[in-house]
Amino acid sequence: MERMSYLAMLVATVLGSFWLEIVFKIGVLRRFKRLWLSLIPVAIVFLAWDAYAIAHKQWSFDNKQMLGVVGPLHIPLEEYVFFLVIPIAAIMTLEGVRSVKKHWPVGDNDDL
Amino acid sequence: MTYSDISVASLLLAVVFDLFIVRTQLLTKAIFWTSYAIIFPMQLITNWWLTSRYIVIYNPHAIVGRRLAGAPLEDLLFGFSLILAIMSMWVFVGKKLINKRIADQ
Repeated sequence: MERMSYLAMLVATVLGSFWLEIVFKIGVLRRFKRLWLSLIPVAIVFLAWDAYAIAHKQWSFDNKQMLGVVGPLHIPLEEYVFFLVIPIAAIMTLEGVRSVKKHWPVGDNDDL
Repeated sequence: MTYSDISVASLLLAVVFDLFIVRTQLLTKAIFWTSYAIIFPMQLITNWWLTSRYIVIYNPHAIVGRRLAGAPLEDLLFGFSLILAIMSMWVFVGKKLINKRIADQ
């Protein structure tokens, strides 16, 4: 179980945000083209930073609390998932707020 | 560059991106600050989990050393930059995709 310590935080973030998709019908996951086009450039920049920090030993991970799968650039699997799950949770929060504050301008073409 | 340097640089980049590059200007909007107010406590909890359990271990030479709820201050800048960047990108892409659809018709 200890190996799932980092994973547990990612699961908690998914549980804490993805219900907005169902309850408020915000349709973030449904708009997958818009979602991927937003996620990928941001994830690349932040993963590059992660790779730099790992290479320069600015931070490290406790192997006992990780699944043990390490991807390219010595970045653990959990970090790759982090840069998908956290941004999706942030977008869902924005869309969740919009669904209750419909007259607040966001700046895209979904504004009323 | 240390984590401190990069976290400040990432904040500046995200702000410039939002205000001047894609000009989504979320920093001037209630929708952004309300969303961030909801995310901020969640960010403190997730940071606290990762740092207090030593899942992520910071090199003391890479950070200034001030902490909030267990996590280095740099983490807050990092989180803010990530959230501003992704929301700005989402709004920008949404605008572009929909404009393209209208132009194609």
